[in-house]
Amino acid sequence: MPTAISVENVYKSYMRDKLEVPVLNNVSLTIQEGEFIALMGPSGSGKTTLLNIIAGIDRPTRGRVLVQGTDIATLSEATLAKWRSRHVGFIFQFYNLIPVLTAYENVELPLMLTPLNKAQRKDQVERALAMVGLADRMKHYPKQLSGGQEQRVAIARAIASDPDILVADEPTGDLDKRSADDIMTLLERLNQELGKTIVMVTHDPAAAERAGTVRHLEKGDLLPEEKMR
Amino acid sequence: MKILKLIFKNALRHKLRAFLTIVGIAIAVMAFGLLQTVVTAWNAGVEAAAADRLITRQAVSFIFPLPYAYKDQISKLPEVKNVTFFNWFGGVYIDKNQFFARMACDPETLFDVYPEFVVTPAEREAFLKERNSCVIGADLAKMYKLKVGDIMELEGDIYPGQWQFVVRAIYQPRDKTVDATGMYFHWQYLDERIRQVSPERAGNIGWFAVQIKDARQSAAVSERIDALFQNSRAETKTETERAFQQGFVASSGAIITSLNVMSFVIIGIIMLVLGNTMIMSARERTREYAVLKTLGFTGGHLSAFVAGESLIISFLGAGLGLAIVYPVVAMFSILVPKGWFPVFNLAPSTVILAASSAILVGVLASIIPLRRALKTRIVDGLRFIG
Ligand SMILES: Nc1ncnc2c1ncn2[C@@H]1O[C@H](COP(=O)(O)OP(=O)(O)OP(=O)(O)O)[C@@H](O)[C@H]1O
Ligand SMILES: [Mg+2]
Repeated sequence: MPTAISVENVYKSYMRDKLEVPVLNNVSLTIQEGEFIALMGPSGSGKTTLLNIIAGIDRPTRGRVLVQGTDIATLSEATLAKWRSRHVGFIFQFYNLIPVLTAYENVELPLMLTPLNKAQRKDQVERALAMVGLADRMKHYPKQLSGGQEQRVAIARAIASDPDILVADEPTGDLDKRSADDIMTLLERLNQELGKTIVMVTHDPAAAERAGTVRHLEKGDLLPEEKMR
Repeated sequence: MKILKLIFKNALRHKLRAFLTIVGIAIAVMAFGLLQTVVTAWNAGVEAAAADRLITRQAVSFIFPLPYAYKDQISKLPEVKNVTFFNWFGGVYIDKNQFFARMACDPETLFDVYPEFVVTPAEREAFLKERNSCVIGADLAKMYKLKVGDIMELEGDIYPGQWQFVVRAIYQPRDKTVDATGMYFHWQYLDERIRQVSPERAGNIGWFAVQIKDARQSAAVSERIDALFQNSRAETKTETERAFQQGFVASSGAIITSLNVMSFVIIGIIMLVLGNTMIMSARERTREYAVLKTLGFTGGHLSAFVAGESLIISFLGAGLGLAIVYPVVAMFSILVPKGWFPVFNLAPSTVILAASSAILVGVLASIIPLRRALKTRIVDGLRFIG
């Protein structure tokens, strides 16, 4: 299988009170197309930071990140923004839906940046919402939905523009076990049926179990690979 | 969904806060409109003064009279086209609190020097012929339901006694800046009656209005007129009518200036109010803006969101304010005694000024929140806990 994402010697540090705090120590990681990888590790180990760098919303201090051959660390902000909207779908722990927009409008939001016309957008939005099983909740506002439903709307938003890569930061972190299971089943389907490459950060071993690969971070170091399945 | 719809929904997200801000802006715009209307009305009075007219008055004060004989002397100057004159009558007509100009005039020359008072030749003729007749402005006629042939009975104070005048002409103002609340009667009639009771006051003129041939010569002609009467019993001071009007209301001038300043202070205050609202909203939406950026929305989009929201609020406020300023100004013009201001209505320039101030305020108020929204890095925004 071809390589989707290649993280090469990524070092990342933040400045805190003029002190350089290392967060990622020369992390290297290769993710194949269609792979479903879970990143685990203690709080503060740098999982979110690594995920953000892969997704192009943060930049490494040193090192390269090749996503489908593009070194995203070298792109300008504007190009990177465009690149993200085409290639990456985002799923957050706290859903991050826009409260004044309905489920339909939230899913439509990323499509506003595409050249699709209204009818085409409608088509995509309905398909995405049907995919997550919320075809009957299109007119609902986020506050009229349960946490699990909100996260499914967020997933619909992430897949609406049909990106190849999905990144999820603790997608089940705020959900009860049943809803979490539903979300994981959904992600599994997106991976298996639609062939999406998924990078997921999680604390939940049950969630990690659904991924094909699990990698551990510890104080900014990526631990050697262990095959799960 | 349109981007505009999202901006709209955002603007009205906090109903109460948006409502209070909008009402605040509306009240400020209303106050701005009202204050500016007062300023414009005052300026209109000054502007209405013709540039080719000079006023010659007693040098010490305008309350001291000048001799009638000066008229001929002034008329003889080659630069002078026409001379007319007035005496301030004062007095009371029906209601002591109702103020309008009542003056003795020279009926022969009044309409030559003041062509902005428009009368028909027949009316002019009738007014000339009858020595106790008067001409009144159309607005005054409307106010007291007076028509030609009616008697106006005045009680004199400067010139004591009961005075009766027959309305023989009603003048129309040539344009909106002309005061149509004046009342003018024959100086001759006044002088004859005064001669009988206090002969020492006869032959007195309040001031002369001198129409000159070339408005650009006003300074030179003024000097020449004053030179005529230098070292005489009554020295004169001549200035353009505009300067005269400004001096006449010199103390009001300071008030008008402060009203003008205040109206712009109010605009400054709305900017702070709106700026505060915008900073609060933008802060609360730090995470949302980070999400939008994550999804690929650019700085341009964000600018549209923030500035759009600010503009929507300022527009709604300004719209509401302008909607209420019309009735308020109308009401005000009823309450203000006629004659204080020759014209009192909302000038288009005031409306344009208020509307463009609202746009400016909307844009300025979004600068700080927008800069913050743009500067915040996505990762920091996503970590933001409101
Ligand atoms: N924007 C930032 N500015 C400064 N420090 C940061 C920033 N982002 C992360 N850090 C620091 O980097 C370290 C790793 O953070 P990160 O969020 O990647 O950890 P994590 O593994 O996702 O933790 P958690 O499980 O709690 O989400 C932490 O010490 C954190 O305080
Ligand atoms: Mg994290």
